Amino acid sequence: MIDFIHSFLFGIYPYIALVSLFLGTLIRYDREQYSWQASSSQILSDKGLAIGNIFFHLGIIFIFMGHFVGLLTPHALYEHFIKAEQKQMLAIVAGGIAGVFGFIGLSILLSRRLGNARIRATSSPLDILILFLLWLQMMLGLITIPFSLSHHDATQMLNLSQWAQHILTFRSGAADFIKDADWIFKCHLFLGLTILLLFPFTRLVHMLSIPAKYLPRPLQIVRSRQARR
Amino acid sequence: MKVRAQIGMVLNLDKCIGCHTCSVTCKNVWTSRRGVEYAWFNNVETKPGIGYPKDWENQDKWKGGWQRDASGKLTPKQGGKWRILANLFANPNLPSIDDYYEPFTFDYGHLQKSPETKTMPTAQPVSVITGKKMDKIVGGPNWEEILGGEFEHRSKDYNFENVQKDIYGQFENTFMMYLPRLCEHCLNPACVASCPSGAIYKREEDGIVLIDQDKCRGWRMCVSGCPYKKIYFNWESGKSEKCTFCYPRIENGEPTVCSETCVGRIRYLGVLLYDADKIEEAAATKDDKDLYQAQLDMFLNPNDPEVIKAALAEGIPQSWLDGAKNSPVYKMAMEWKVAFPLHPEYRTLPMVWYIPPLSPIQNAASTGDIGMNGIIPDVKSLRIPVTYLANLLTAGNEEPVTLGLERMLAMRAFMRGRHVEGDADTKILESVGLNVQMVEDMYRYMAIANYEDRYVIPTSHREYVEDTFDLRSCGFSFGNGCSGGNSDSNLFEKPKRKNLFGGAHVHGK
Repeated sequence: MIDFIHSFLFGIYPYIALVSLFLGTLIRYDREQYSWQASSSQILSDKGLAIGNIFFHLGIIFIFMGHFVGLLTPHALYEHFIKAEQKQMLAIVAGGIAGVFGFIGLSILLSRRLGNARIRATSSPLDILILFLLWLQMMLGLITIPFSLSHHDATQMLNLSQWAQHILTFRSGAADFIKDADWIFKCHLFLGLTILLLFPFTRLVHMLSIPAKYLPRPLQIVRSRQARR
Repeated sequence: MKVRAQIGMVLNLDKCIGCHTCSVTCKNVWTSRRGVEYAWFNNVETKPGIGYPKDWENQDKWKGGWQRDASGKLTPKQGGKWRILANLFANPNLPSIDDYYEPFTFDYGHLQKSPETKTMPTAQPVSVITGKKMDKIVGGPNWEEILGGEFEHRSKDYNFENVQKDIYGQFENTFMMYLPRLCEHCLNPACVASCPSGAIYKREEDGIVLIDQDKCRGWRMCVSGCPYKKIYFNWESGKSEKCTFCYPRIENGEPTVCSETCVGRIRYLGVLLYDADKIEEAAATKDDKDLYQAQLDMFLNPNDPEVIKAALAEGIPQSWLDGAKNSPVYKMAMEWKVAFPLHPEYRTLPMVWYIPPLSPIQNAASTGDIGMNGIIPDVKSLRIPVTYLANLLTAGNEEPVTLGLERMLAMRAFMRGRHVEGDADTKILESVGLNVQMVEDMYRYMAIANYEDRYVIPTSHREYVEDTFDLRSCGFSFGNGCSGGNSDSNLFEKPKRKNLFGGAHVHGK
């Protein structure tokens, strides 16, 4: 039974989450453009927003990219430049610092969302849930640090990235790589997958709308109603 | 020369009685929804005062509009592109809702449900945001109505710059005027330039500036970019909204709702032709005081054959060129020079212009010695200081405002002479550069102000316009018009609660 739950959570559930992520995001982008926005509440209350939001965003962007590169770069690609142990140390230190920043930011944002009457009243249940899940996830991520430190040989890290790479390349047996992983990693993974699953239903979609096109475009925009011929 | 046409507006402040009909009808049509109940696409302020949102004219604080650097290059005052992107997480120049006012309704139900009490039951104010009772209403869209509040507070009005303002705090010297405000539909809009998503655009055909609600991602940089603070953040939908210049009506040749319902007949709508190649140069004029003239220099004479030829080559329809010839806006701004832009020093080249108000003679009562300039009273002796009006309308350049006021006074004197004394004196007109034909036209447009003279709006040419049906559009609908679905529940985020104002979002139905 335990085996079944394990292979479901880390062999099947990732695909459920990814289908929800991609399909949900596509459908929402195609049909629900009006709901696609950052959901800023700054106008309702400025208090604590600047420091909380900047800390959180800087932290999470760094951590997100770290996870992306760290989990998905095949070992063969980097082993000539950096040893797995060094990579783990790098991840612990850099990720830890960013994590602390992000966690402080999230704590401020969460207390603001729950404690500020205006923000609370205008939050949807999903707004609160996703913020809480992010906060929890950030905390779990920070708690993994002492566990990682006890694995000097970085086998756990390698197993985790093996798992991620097997999932994304549709190879079987992905769940087996993390069978013996510490419980904290499993919790962190499960919650991470759940956040991916919820992603298209929440305000998180705004991260796909990074306004990079703003930089090359001319400042003024004039649209013509003439039919394009 | 690249000729473009725009529907411009002129408001004759000399006739505004401050009845707020424009604001109310606008609100009923456009912002009677949750999330924008605090937003007034059209509002009327009593001046002098700090206005709505509070202190909006203070660009040192809000960083709206454009800034010209030493080399003559313009950047949004809130910063260049990198700075704007860096401010996405927390915009340091964003007014909070308290700078507007916390929207409220009243607990009317209590009036009916209250048990018997010794005193009359009252309807306490209720915040529309939190749904909780408020102790006290501390602000509103027109908190300074008819000089409400202490002078010390009101006199923070930016337009008092270079005015010895203390004397205007005294009862016998006080003055007042109304200033209805809406989106300026600028030629060089700072909101468009500030929008990271590229959701705000100016329409080529009629110059109306709109926000694409599907493209807006709620980064809220336009709110701080607009120096007039005429973009509002809808805190429910998370997107910005603004005055649409009632474009569905304009396309039909009908005046905007605020104009249509104006009981004082103070509003005028008409076509202006301008040279789009001159926008950058005009907006970057070195001296603030020359910006008014620079904008005038952009406007093209609709009777000039060269202009007509160039306009037709650009594809501007003949009906629009005919409209431009009869445009009341062109007459007031260019021919009579009685209308002026609002705060040209923001360098956005605004297209809603104002005729300054005349006011009673300041010192007549106290001294009996009225300053006269020939037969008409000296503009300097008017109760509203010319410097104040010039700060409002011409970046402090008093000459054009003085001439505008003198021409209005001359028109009055001339027509009074003709109708009352039976002896119209053309000398008055010559002294201010008018002739009989001009002053008769001014009288017809400004005093009589017939409907068909006030609104000369050529219809849009549907035959040239792309068919919105082909764009998968669902026509005029709020938000996700196309979303479909038959159930009331929706997977994706939706307005969270019912609209206290009664105007629920409509989607799919």
